[in-house]
Amino acid sequence: MSEQFYYFLQQILNGVTIGSTYALIAIGYTMVYGIIGMINFAHGEVYMIGSYAAFFVLAGLAMLGIDSLVLLLIAAFALSIMITSAYGWSIERVAYRPLRGGNRLIPLISAIGMSIFLQNFVRLAQGSRDIAMPSLITGGWTIGPADAFNVTLSYMQVVIFVVTFISMTVLTAFISKSKMGRACRACAEDIGMANLLGINTNKVISITFVIGAALAAVAGVLLSMYYGVINPYLGFMAGLKAFTAAVLGGIGSIPGAVLGGLILGITEAITAGYFSSEYKDVVSFGLLCFVLLFMPTGILGKPEVEKV
Amino acid sequence: MDNKLLEVSGLTMRFGGLLAVNNVALEVNEQEIISVIGPNGAGKTTVFNCLTGFYKPTAGQVIYRGEPVQQLPGHVISRKGMVRTFQHVRLFKDMTVVENLLVAQHRHLNTNFLSGLFKTKSFKKAEAEGIERAANWLERIGLAEFANRQAGNLAYGQQRRLEIARCMMTQPSLLMLDEPAAGLNPAETDELDELIVELRDQHKISILLIEHDMKLVMGISDRIYVVNQGCPLANGTPKEIQSNPDVIKAYLGEF
Repeated sequence: MSEQFYYFLQQILNGVTIGSTYALIAIGYTMVYGIIGMINFAHGEVYMIGSYAAFFVLAGLAMLGIDSLVLLLIAAFALSIMITSAYGWSIERVAYRPLRGGNRLIPLISAIGMSIFLQNFVRLAQGSRDIAMPSLITGGWTIGPADAFNVTLSYMQVVIFVVTFISMTVLTAFISKSKMGRACRACAEDIGMANLLGINTNKVISITFVIGAALAAVAGVLLSMYYGVINPYLGFMAGLKAFTAAVLGGIGSIPGAVLGGLILGITEAITAGYFSSEYKDVVSFGLLCFVLLFMPTGILGKPEVEKV
Repeated sequence: MDNKLLEVSGLTMRFGGLLAVNNVALEVNEQEIISVIGPNGAGKTTVFNCLTGFYKPTAGQVIYRGEPVQQLPGHVISRKGMVRTFQHVRLFKDMTVVENLLVAQHRHLNTNFLSGLFKTKSFKKAEAEGIERAANWLERIGLAEFANRQAGNLAYGQQRRLEIARCMMTQPSLLMLDEPAAGLNPAETDELDELIVELRDQHKISILLIEHDMKLVMGISDRIYVVNQGCPLANGTPKEIQSNPDVIKAYLGEF
């Protein structure tokens, strides 16, 4: 096989890696939008907090002298999910619930305020410098000829694929099979009617925020280990990218968020691989503009029907 | 024994300068079909909205089972057993027919998240009972074969029936139907007629009905309230209403 093919394959692998984490974050945007019709602009910060939580768990356990990889990973995921979910729940409770029922612009502004607050809260508490994450999973496979370009698939990338896949499967099962998932879907369609039929819609909204935050935490743990550094500002860009992914796939649609995340990730990787990595953000936000202009409902979104 | 289910007195709703509902009184006993009729814009739906907590009435009392409910939020009122439909169908269109019925039992299916995750025995039992209740109703309204179809793809008359079945899943004691026969053909209206009477006689609930189809109203109502321009005009049995000169005047105009 030719060198070009290996090069292309490498870009696709990188793209899917990064895209699947965008998808995890994008699900948080899309689920919240689906149910209460608001963009939770603090969601990127929730992801950042997930990364920090993972760092503290790993650092803490390392100090205790625990070096079993499996144990470290499980603890990092479990505790980060718990802490981040608590943040997600509290953000909704403090910043959005009191504003519900009013103008749609008000919670949006509150979300931006929450985002600024969380970013600066972490910056003041932890400092604004980069923190190096301990690299737990190193090494990988190399495919291709030894004398020319060859494809590397790191073990970390495999972990990202597997964990993302598991998370998505659990989420899909929850949404389609469980009683609470059914209530979530009912609320997404007609929250007023769901309320009248005796569903506690406040609880459903809280659960939506918790699920979104939990998935963002998973992405936070994965990406912080993949990149190896974290700082208080990483939530901003990741949040924007995930938002782009959600809009691209059709905001409100969970499969759309996954598809949008993958498309965005692959587009970025190909741009970085064939043109210049400096242009990858230009291309992804250009894509956002294009989608908003020509297909505002996204790939899998349904056209907005004016409710009477 | 006192068998009053709902007692409304002096109900008034004012939107700025518009007096939409003026001093309306209503009484519903257990196992009764009560209709509210009146020309378009008479304020019938506004009365419904006041009763179910969508609007906070400007004045008046709504007593349900001896307890004032006029200031309670909508979902609390519906949990007490007053459930309504709307003029337009509001099914969960992307969910399947049977899911529409299951989701309305949400509060009654006594299962929590963990038991669902591990599929415990009690969870399976509760789910099975919920599905059985849903299946019985689907059988009754003739939609059993469409159980796994998307609700939005049903014919209009079927959607109307499914909506009533969904309300029944919440185990109400007062079902409020806002123009259930609107848009139905005569055969479908007859089926609806039968279904409403069955709800009263077999499921022992009361029905408060807003309807323009006079054949349906006169045929099944125990009592009728007539509202005109927000004010109560008359009330009585279908016979009394049909011969009431004020009612005839309101509908046909002055001669």
